[in-house]
Order: sequence, then structure tokens, then C-alpha cells
Amino acid sequence: MKFLKFLLAGIVFGIVMAKSEAFSWFRIQEMFRFQSFHMYGIIGTAVTLGVLGVFLIKKYKMRDMNGNPIMFYPKDKSVIRYLIGGTIFGLGWALSGACPGPMVVNIGYGYLAMIVVFLFAILGTFLYGAIKDKLPH
Amino acid sequence: MLELIQQPWPWYVSGTIIAAIMFVLIFFGQSFGFSANLRTICAAAGGGKKVKFFDFNWKSQLWNLVFLVGAIIGGFIAAQFLSNGEPVKISESTISDLAKLGIAAPTSAQPNELFSLDAVFSVKGFLILALGGIMVGFGSRYAGGCTSGHAISGLSDLQVPSLIAVIGFFAGGLLMTFVLLPLIL
Repeated sequence: MKFLKFLLAGIVFGIVMAKSEAFSWFRIQEMFRFQSFHMYGIIGTAVTLGVLGVFLIKKYKMRDMNGNPIMFYPKDKSVIRYLIGGTIFGLGWALSGACPGPMVVNIGYGYLAMIVVFLFAILGTFLYGAIKDKLPH
Repeated sequence: MLELIQQPWPWYVSGTIIAAIMFVLIFFGQSFGFSANLRTICAAAGGGKKVKFFDFNWKSQLWNLVFLVGAIIGGFIAAQFLSNGEPVKISESTISDLAKLGIAAPTSAQPNELFSLDAVFSVKGFLILALGGIMVGFGSRYAGGCTSGHAISGLSDLQVPSLIAVIGFFAGGLLMTFVLLPLIL
């Protein structure tokens, strides 16, 4: 049952995405229009606690449940891929009102239209894989 | 107590739980990054035979697919047992801005104009959903992560690439919101 803990973590994630309303197209629009603090509060709280926690993990060289040292790997240095890729992602995020996690939360919630969005997100990832060698990174 | 839970959760509760999920996954020996699942699904479907990018040991990522299944179940639980059925309470200024684009005030969590079955089975509605999905899937992998991988995990580790990606997320989001959406809707 080594997967059960991931299932439970996913369930909590799904509930919090729905109950925080972060899975709502309306909330994403409100965020990009800077008309409410709500989404910034959610992300800001998560990142503030995240920075603090990661700092403590590194400072005290904490280990995971298997006894392995917790490692953080620096991402590849580049500007172009993060900027262009991020911009394309942002275009899709504001149009569909969902990033990948909230897409599937919507499906579970009963917004079956998100199945279309999710399937095309898989297709988009496949397209990236197919042409990635031709793209600037 | 149930009545309290059925209200929308405040941002500080939600943000705290999201950080907790990230640390729980780290403690389990993994990391928080949802869009990696899209690549894993491509690989599991046999994409690795045609495209090298999908030729990897995707079974090592099964834990994240299980997390995805959990997220679907979580959405179901929230809708069935933890909802008071009220529409999302977005600001009045957003409601009036969206009205100008032909999107009515919320009656639930999502606009009917985009996510009702009528919308899905219209040509324009389907293309909007498809285009949105393609850009999210393509962009997240090009950028090497999505909101969870970059905006939460990456920024928590003070990674510059993640900051650049998040700037891109907002550049694209603002361009869509203020320039393209009025043309599309």
C-alpha cells in the first residue's frame, strides 16, 4: 500500500483546490485583473511557508521517510525556455482558467468540459516532445 | 463544524495546506510538480516508441499518477459533501468586466458560457477549450513545470529559473486577459 499515502495527499490537494476556489475560471480572471487579493494570498502563503521550510530542511540537513537526505536540484540555467514556455502556459491558463492540477479537480467536481481541456493538454505536451529539439532552450 | 468547512476556505488556510502538501511529498521522497503527469501519460500511452522525450521509465512516476487520481476524488468529495452550492464570490469589478465580454455573473464555480455541455458541443466553445489545453500542456513542458513545480516548489527553493517562468506565466496571462480574450469571446 505504498501508493495509499499519495492517494490521500492527492485527495487533500483536490479538496483544497476546490474549497479555495483556485480551480475556478472566475478566480483566475480576477487574479489576472488584479481585482482581489485571494489568489495572491493563497500562492503568497504557500511560497512564504515553502521558503521557510526549505531553508530549515537545508539548514538541519533533514532526511525523508526512507532516511535519504532531502536534495534540491537546481533547474537548468536558461532564460528563453522559461520565458517563452511560461508565456505560452500563461496564455492557456488565462483562457481555460485552469493549470494541470485544477483541470482534473474540475473533472472530479463534475465539470466534464474540463476533460476536453485535459486531453488537449496531454496533446500539447506530446507536441512539445515531438518538436523540442527544434525549439530554443 | 461541517457548516464552516462548507464555506469557501480563506486564502491563508488554503495556502498553508498547499505548502503542507509540498512538504509531505518531499518527506515521501518525491516532489510537488503536477504537469509531469502529462509527460508520464504520453509515455505510458506508448509515446516513447515515436518520440525520445517520452522514452523513460515512466513507472517510477506512478506515485504522481496516483496523486492525480486522488485530486479527481478530492474534487468529487468537495462537490458532493463539502459544498454549500453557492457561486464563487468574486469581486464586483471582475463581474462587471466579464459582463462586457459576455460572461454572466457566477452561478457556480465555472461560467456556463465556457464549460456547459452546450459550449463543449459548439465549434467555438470546443476550440477555446482545446486551444487552452494545448497551450497549458505545451507551455508547461517547455518551461519545465507549471504552477506547482515553478510557482510553489521552485520559488520555495528560490530558484531563478522558476521566477523567470512565473514572470512568463503572468506575461501570457495578462496578454490573454486584456488583449486576446476580448477578441476571442
